[in-house]
Amino acid sequence: MSTQPPKALASAGNYLDDRFHLAKTGEKNLRKVFPNHWSFMLGEIALYSFIILIITGVFLSIWFKPSMQEVIYDGAYTRLQGVEMSEAYASTLYIMFEVRGGNLIRQIHHWAALIFVGALVAHMLRVFFTGSFRKPRELNWLIGVLIFIVAILEGLFGYSLPDDMPSGMGVRILQGVLLSLPVIGPHLSFFLFGGEFPGEDIISRLYLLHILVLPGILLALITAHIFILWHQKHTQYPGPRRTEKQVVGSPMYPAFAVKGGAFFFFTFAVIAGMSAIIQVNPIHLFGPFTPTSITSGLQPDWYMGFMEGSLRIFPDWFDFQVAGYAIPTGVLIPALVIPGILFTGLAVWPFLEQWITGDKRHHNVADRPRNAPVRTGLGVAGIVFYGVLWAAGANDVIAETFSISLYHTTYFFRVTLILGPILGFIITKRICLGLQRRDRETLEHGYESGVIQQLPGGRFIEVHQPSSAETVDTLRAKDEPVPAPDDTTDDQGIPNPKRSGLRGRLWLALNHWYTKDNVPVSHVEPGAHHHADHGAAGTNSGREGPRHR
Amino acid sequence: MTENPQAPNSGPDPAANEASGTGGERVIGTPTGGTAGPTGMTADAPQESTPSSAHEGPYPPEETHLRTEEEQRRGERIAALWFVIAFLAGVGFIVSYFLFPPGPDGPAVGDPSTGQIANIAMGGTLTVALFAIGAGMTVWVRRVIPHYEVASPYDELPSDEQEKSSFGEFFMRGANESGFTRRPLMRRTLFAAMLPLGVAPIVLLRDTGPLPGDILKQTMWEDGMHMVVEGTSRRIRAEDLATPGGMITALPENPEDPEHPVSLNDQSKTVIILIKMRPDDFDSEMTEEQLGWTHNGIIAYSKICTHVGCPAALYEPTTHRILCPCHQSTFDAANAAKVVFGPAHRPLPILPIRVDDEGYLVAAGDFSSPVGPTFWDAERDNYLAERED
Repeated sequence: MSTQPPKALASAGNYLDDRFHLAKTGEKNLRKVFPNHWSFMLGEIALYSFIILIITGVFLSIWFKPSMQEVIYDGAYTRLQGVEMSEAYASTLYIMFEVRGGNLIRQIHHWAALIFVGALVAHMLRVFFTGSFRKPRELNWLIGVLIFIVAILEGLFGYSLPDDMPSGMGVRILQGVLLSLPVIGPHLSFFLFGGEFPGEDIISRLYLLHILVLPGILLALITAHIFILWHQKHTQYPGPRRTEKQVVGSPMYPAFAVKGGAFFFFTFAVIAGMSAIIQVNPIHLFGPFTPTSITSGLQPDWYMGFMEGSLRIFPDWFDFQVAGYAIPTGVLIPALVIPGILFTGLAVWPFLEQWITGDKRHHNVADRPRNAPVRTGLGVAGIVFYGVLWAAGANDVIAETFSISLYHTTYFFRVTLILGPILGFIITKRICLGLQRRDRETLEHGYESGVIQQLPGGRFIEVHQPSSAETVDTLRAKDEPVPAPDDTTDDQGIPNPKRSGLRGRLWLALNHWYTKDNVPVSHVEPGAHHHADHGAAGTNSGREGPRHR
Repeated sequence: MTENPQAPNSGPDPAANEASGTGGERVIGTPTGGTAGPTGMTADAPQESTPSSAHEGPYPPEETHLRTEEEQRRGERIAALWFVIAFLAGVGFIVSYFLFPPGPDGPAVGDPSTGQIANIAMGGTLTVALFAIGAGMTVWVRRVIPHYEVASPYDELPSDEQEKSSFGEFFMRGANESGFTRRPLMRRTLFAAMLPLGVAPIVLLRDTGPLPGDILKQTMWEDGMHMVVEGTSRRIRAEDLATPGGMITALPENPEDPEHPVSLNDQSKTVIILIKMRPDDFDSEMTEEQLGWTHNGIIAYSKICTHVGCPAALYEPTTHRILCPCHQSTFDAANAAKVVFGPAHRPLPILPIRVDDEGYLVAAGDFSSPVGPTFWDAERDNYLAERED
């Protein structure tokens, strides 16, 4: 086989190279290495869903009319004929019932949106729990958090466009939240809606945001995200040859390009398959929006569920007035402060962690979640917090399904919202430390082979086999936390000025809290104990082994 | 590029390398038999899988795990089979599009059950086509393309000190020479010049809507205005609510066109629920003034929840509770819609009602307080009035 490109390809390549000087960059980028691990595909799912969203969105906008002009429907869907509705709603019905494949495209668009945000969150959790946000990748993490926020808004606005009953109610809630803002609330609401709710402008304005402004921002952020990733290269999980200095995996060309292509088609296939057989957001059954009616058991798209839950379970106990001016904390806190804390917490975590640990090194090898117990515990606490809010968004459905009093579900979620994350943190940290102990044992003794031997003396032992080189590499790659020395006073007893202030003491306390729990492995000789002499103590090695700290 | 692979916490254990049959001691970045790529690809992978002789691949042979010719041939056939399936399914997609042509009564997919079949036919064929392409490509990757374990160095990110200081010096020389640092008058006036232009786009947004003024505090309800059942233009008489426990959603009659409902803006402010109570059911906490707004046990509350504006549409007659299904704010209909549970803070405003000469229910004025979600100055007037008392 020849290693010279065919003539047509070579001349095309030369044509481009003459103009862009691409040979060297091109080769370098085609050689880009992608580490192999399933969890690296979560971000890919998000990216591919985004592409699907753009393609299907273009198709939908061919027929959709973002207008609140009232019309009398006389389209193909007989059950709504003669009903007064907005043009937005009527044109959505047109897409569903008069454009062949229109309903399929609409369902693909909706499912892709749900999966986009879902994959994005899963990807974000992977990055969080493996510490892949650490230096030098903090800024890319920030971009990711921004993508998350914009994606939620993008989804909310898209959901609002058909102007059906639940979507209009979503817009109503948005307007209610805007109104609650101190001082500027009514003004903001009037400017966004062009006057009072619902007005005649909001659909076309949300349309503008949904198809131009926010996708543009998303596209820019996603492009930046990928460029930075490309430039800094992927993190990788610990294993043989995988070091802070070199990354191991499949090269872009030819292997990963085909893999990635295949995965795009699989993602699209799953979304298309769902859209073929699972109905999503059947707006023709909901009817057009009117501000006067509603139905019970309404549920938003999943990514808005935590906001809904937050609004449901937060009580009105803290509402107050200043000189007659209302501060409705019952709206402000659940709708703005709680999500604000969530997103701000996500955004600042890499910087906060770096400050606490004092770790300014570059990290390319990902942490195994167990090896950072406090971070993992906090992550789980965050998931529980979010999850409780999310479940509380369906408290009426839960109450009805399980025949529980509605108010009791609310009380339950109020308590769980506070206790759940604490428990989640404690339990997760314990599990992490347990796993660390098992890791050390594996390193010391190898793995349990399942073979029981009787010794000449009559005792039974389980034979341990030495671990594979890969396991040993993985376990040894642990990045041990180093607690800061307690230097509040020097050896003469003189207080250290850097530790005397509140900030210094807080830092020391946080640092110790973060680093103190660790099962060290750095001194362990791999397989040091797996010989026959240890076999004699094998029956209780599980309990006796690495207890000393 | 001559980093020691046994860096703290990260290097592969030499013993482990020996165990898996590799060269072990070689320093990463040093070429092995001229196989390092032009961009510095490094190699110390297991060598058992590929013979290094006559290797033509783009990556070093020890990082390339070739498939056997037989496996590749089998892979080619399976991948091709998938691609044929994808082709057929793709054709099927186009065919199923044309299977549902518009008939004389309009589009075939206009009928929900036909639409469902069309959706499954087009979606199903599309799914198979997409899946089969993905499957064929996966077979291609797993059976034909070699498995690579390519190592590539991470770039040293921080520039070295010399580069940094060179850049810093260059930048400052440029800044100085440009006069930007040395000529403050020019710099400051430039910033000043930018300022109004930066504000201009925000100013342009001013006409996105009117100022709220007192609009949020008033509705179109006024004394003597008739009310109609929501969704109809039928006026309501007091007798329509004869039995206690009854509830009707009502709107003002459109003064300009009684046959048609008022605008959506007006609907979202004026919609009320009329509730019939036994007169002795009213809580003793209710003031004389509030009782005066009722008529013969009928009380009219705004239907718009004071939390974030959903219609508080559920009424349970036995407990006199009005529930908003969105966030479950609960109001006591027997006690001036006081909040008894949930996130809302203000009671639902009461619309004073009376009966006109013909026996129709009419409003006796506007709501007792601003309708809808609580906003900044919703309670301000009330506060001022109380202070005057």
